[in-house]
Amino acid sequence: MLVFTLLFWTGVAAEDFAPVLEGRVLSFPQDTGAHPDHRIEWWYVTGWLTDTSGAERGFQVTFFRVATGIGADNPSRFAPRQLLIAHAAIADPAIGRLLHDARLERALEPLAGAAVARTQAWIRDWDLVLKGPPDGDEGYRTRIAADSFALDLTLTPTIPTVLNGRAGFSQKTPQLTHASYYYSRPQLAVSGQIRVRDRDLEVTGRAWLDHEWSSEIMPDDAQGWDWIGINLHDGGALMAFQMRRDDGTALWSAGTLTDPSGSTQALAPEEVRFRARRHWQSPRTGATYPVSWELDLDGRILRLEPLMDDQELDARPSTGILYWEGAVTLFDEEQEIGRGYLEMTGYGQHARF
Amino acid sequence: MAFTRHPLLRHLFLASLWRRPLATALTLLAMTLGVALGLAVQLIHATALDEFGRGLRLLGGEADLQVVGARAGFDDDWYLWLAQRPEVAVASPLLEIEARLPGQDRTLRIIGLDLFRVGAITPALLPRVDRTDDADPARTDAPHPNRDPDATASSDQAAAPPRTVATDGPDRLAVLRPDALFLSPTAARQITPAPGATIAVQVGLSERHLRYAGSVPGAGVGTALAVMDIGAAQQTFERIGRLTRVDLRLAPGITREAAQALLNAELPAGLRALTPADAASEALGLSRAYRVNLTMLAAIALVTGGFLVFSAQWLSVVRRRQEFALLRALGLDRRFLWRALLAEGATLGLIGGLLGVVLAYLMTALAFRVLGGDLGPGFFRGLAPPLRFEPFLTLLYLGLGICAGIIGAWFPAREAARMCPARALRAGDEAESYRAHPRWRLTSATLLLAAGLCVLPPVQGIPVFGYLAVALLLLGAVLALPGMTGVAMRLLGNGHGLIPRLARARLAAAPGQAVIAGAGVVASVALAVSMVIMVASFRDSLDAWLGTMLPADLYLRASAATASGALDEDAVARVSALPDVVGVRPVRFETVRLDRLPEPVELIARPVSTTSGLPLVAGRITASSRPADPTVATTLTSRSALPPAWISEALADRGELGLGDRLDLPLGEALHGFRIDGIWRDYARQQGAIVIELDDFRAITQDRLTNDLGLFLADGADPEAVMQTVRDTLGERVSEMIRPEALRGMILEVFDRTFLVTYLMQAVAVMIGLFGIGTTFAALATSRRKEFGILRHLGLERRQIGALLATEAALTAGVGVLVGLAAGGAIGIILIEVVNRQSFHWSMDIQIPTGVLAVFALTLIILAALAARLSGREAMRQDAVLAVREDW
Repeated sequence: MLVFTLLFWTGVAAEDFAPVLEGRVLSFPQDTGAHPDHRIEWWYVTGWLTDTSGAERGFQVTFFRVATGIGADNPSRFAPRQLLIAHAAIADPAIGRLLHDARLERALEPLAGAAVARTQAWIRDWDLVLKGPPDGDEGYRTRIAADSFALDLTLTPTIPTVLNGRAGFSQKTPQLTHASYYYSRPQLAVSGQIRVRDRDLEVTGRAWLDHEWSSEIMPDDAQGWDWIGINLHDGGALMAFQMRRDDGTALWSAGTLTDPSGSTQALAPEEVRFRARRHWQSPRTGATYPVSWELDLDGRILRLEPLMDDQELDARPSTGILYWEGAVTLFDEEQEIGRGYLEMTGYGQHARF
Repeated sequence: MAFTRHPLLRHLFLASLWRRPLATALTLLAMTLGVALGLAVQLIHATALDEFGRGLRLLGGEADLQVVGARAGFDDDWYLWLAQRPEVAVASPLLEIEARLPGQDRTLRIIGLDLFRVGAITPALLPRVDRTDDADPARTDAPHPNRDPDATASSDQAAAPPRTVATDGPDRLAVLRPDALFLSPTAARQITPAPGATIAVQVGLSERHLRYAGSVPGAGVGTALAVMDIGAAQQTFERIGRLTRVDLRLAPGITREAAQALLNAELPAGLRALTPADAASEALGLSRAYRVNLTMLAAIALVTGGFLVFSAQWLSVVRRRQEFALLRALGLDRRFLWRALLAEGATLGLIGGLLGVVLAYLMTALAFRVLGGDLGPGFFRGLAPPLRFEPFLTLLYLGLGICAGIIGAWFPAREAARMCPARALRAGDEAESYRAHPRWRLTSATLLLAAGLCVLPPVQGIPVFGYLAVALLLLGAVLALPGMTGVAMRLLGNGHGLIPRLARARLAAAPGQAVIAGAGVVASVALAVSMVIMVASFRDSLDAWLGTMLPADLYLRASAATASGALDEDAVARVSALPDVVGVRPVRFETVRLDRLPEPVELIARPVSTTSGLPLVAGRITASSRPADPTVATTLTSRSALPPAWISEALADRGELGLGDRLDLPLGEALHGFRIDGIWRDYARQQGAIVIELDDFRAITQDRLTNDLGLFLADGADPEAVMQTVRDTLGERVSEMIRPEALRGMILEVFDRTFLVTYLMQAVAVMIGLFGIGTTFAALATSRRKEFGILRHLGLERRQIGALLATEAALTAGVGVLVGLAAGGAIGIILIEVVNRQSFHWSMDIQIPTGVLAVFALTLIILAALAARLSGREAMRQDAVLAVREDW
């Protein structure tokens, strides 16, 4: 979802980039790779981890690719035609806030880049790579090394790829022009190591990968959005989002419900409703986030509770974005039915990106 | 201490300084000048070096190592290689360009950098987009808890993207735009563009337009530079694939030295990893010899001041001999007398020192306003340093002033303290003070030692032993004075006439008088003569050198060789085709890094064998043996097949290279062998220079650009008209032309200005020498009143007494001048052959301006006679009877 936020990065017209059109058939693994003709793209991994002592943490690894429209005619290898941005974070309740770090580089092989044909995005020694036949079983690996934390995780798919929207064409507003190509890989089995404050830990868990690309900018009347990606305990998955207006009402909403077998059901705007239950104000930025939600999926009422309240990620120094990105648990009445991630943007800043 | 508060000290001793105002004033003048010159030189250099170092630190940032190549840079593949080395945590690529601003007489240093990496190493260079749209207050930079702007030291902070990108206006890509140029505050003040305005820069012969998009707030005051994206810089300045520097931050756990060694082992020829200290010493090493020489010159003024204290105090002691004897007889302690006289010297030193400090700061402020931070040869061009108070230097020079005063007063004070009161009370005893014995043995030992020191090598590029030899020679000359006076008087024979005989007899009997009066003359004449010889030789050689180096009728360039302008082949062809242009001589300037030298060396590629213009001191000019087909050349390995190179004396000295040696030049990141065919004299490039044939250079590098183009005009062609045609052909804003006569005039003017301070100091020294003669004879005349009285009784006229004094002075000065001339000649040769050679590695043809020196010597002798005659007036005026009776 962050895709739209990043569009302020660009100063050129959308016409300079490839359009997002309904009906284009996504093909894999080709489409897991980068789409440099589109203005903006991201690979977004979130999930829950459990270490050998049973302690639970959330994690996030994101790689963005931005086409700048600058330097098309410049033969220099430094011409900043494409930029790579990475965000990584660990949500540890014992710490009470996110450990996070970011990197930003121009695409310049072999130092930083995003490969076409198959997922491979990297900035120096941070990377996210998809392996697959003929090089063995399909699976992702991501490695992040920051000052206060590190990750080295293997993510193995357990259910097929989920195409969001209409066969991967994901509409964001009532206008068809505001759309992206969007697929998800829910129910990724995780294993690997993390380092949190100089402690090395073996971890397992469940994760979710989103891959989305577009060229369109966000409409004027959108203030921000709320998004969830939840791995359901029954083996299925739920993705839902809403675009908000200035007054907090939904401009557009949609979702995808996947059953354990992998078959999907697209949720129409009127079938997805977000209602805030409880707010938390960040002591750092003063922004107020609805950290607990009531989710109305066509009459079925569910409840989202955060792993901890403070999962605000202030990436303004790198990408100019202030958002809340955190581990959440999904409840049906008092029954926990899934775990995943909640993303909320547009709460801290009144200004539109 | 009670001593300093003793009223006797104040009334009897310090007050005596007031009783001889002329002597005191002149002594103070010398002390003041000595302290002022010395301190000013140090202040200017301290500030300039400080500013220079700050600039280096600013540009070097937190880099552990910097990989640098020649001026033209190196392939940016090496950046990728470096960035991936395990030793390296962060690598930041830079492309530095000295951009000529068309139509202006200035350049702008533009640094192309990777905005996403530079913040990790040199955050001071981060640009800031000037906000044009303030409609977005929420986006102003909120302080970030995890990103303290100064906390760039840790390696992962290094990885953080630059703050600027996030903290500016809506267009976050503004810093990456190909035309966006960011100016440091100083550069913005110098260029004064409006925000968003266009700044024209010159590339080759064409103009490119960049936009003033924002500032470099971290660049601080005093550093004029501009910053842009490296990709845009490579494209704008047609340097695709080139870098001039890569800054490295090392991975944790590896030492700088280890990483440096590992990297240098694998970097190609001509590319080198330097520590910031190496880079700084590279820049400072060149100016060091110059700084030391100026300091030495200032030290001479201080020594002269000390000598003057000696001379004045000695005379004052002689004059007050009876006074002191009386005081001693009345019970004054010997030690008190001694200390009181030292206090007189110290007071002179202190007052002179204080005046000198004030003068030094005034001079420094003036120098900064007029010259900037540079003392002449352009080592610190472009710095505009502020004047600062330097407590340590100030105290040091104040202390030196006091020391000079005390040391000058030391021997007179000892002499006064030693005397026996009973004897000294008797009149006429002062003649005791003028005893002096020829000290031939000591003299010859001193001179021999001086000669021996001349053959010793310099210490870290500083001719320490050369300076010592100069000091010893001076000492030897002064020591030789009594003996030489005796010899001279004997040689003069018994002469004719009464007055000369009397004078000769007096001097032969009391050579000490000549030592005291003449020592100042010897020292000042020796220094003045040596400087005259050195400056004349230098100026002559420089003039001849310029004539050889600038054979063409007209010189054309697009910019200085270090800047972004250059002539392409097409431009050269167009200029050669102009009417009245009968020939052209293109020159390409580059730098190369030789393994054997720490600093880069200038490479000059130009036609050699087909044109004249290399001032060889050894070797010869032969045609290049390189075959026309360059692929053949690479297969030839025999030494005789190597293309020729001619190296400057500085390179021959510093690189220990000689004729016939093989010289491997890193061109295009590979080594190419050359044979040293000649050594030439170069007054322009102290770090060393190599001349190779332009064709050889082009065959190796494929670089077809020209920096300087010499134009040979048809007979009778009007250079001004040709200059106008060239301007019309190439464009007025992008080319510069100069006629060699004008260039020569400019260079000689700079030369003369540089040595102006030398002349001034010599004038002061000579004045001081004359003053020594004046005061000595004044004192002598006073103490010889009785003698003159008797002479008057014997029938000498007053006029004849005056003539006697004048003759004595002329003889004293004559001997002093002769000894000074001899010593000066020797010192001049040491300055040329040892000091200059070791400091700057250049030779000169020794030129002795005999006419000037003869006039100078005669003038001095006449002035000495006049000074003695004038100062003796008082004594001669006295009644002869009174004078004789005084003692009875």
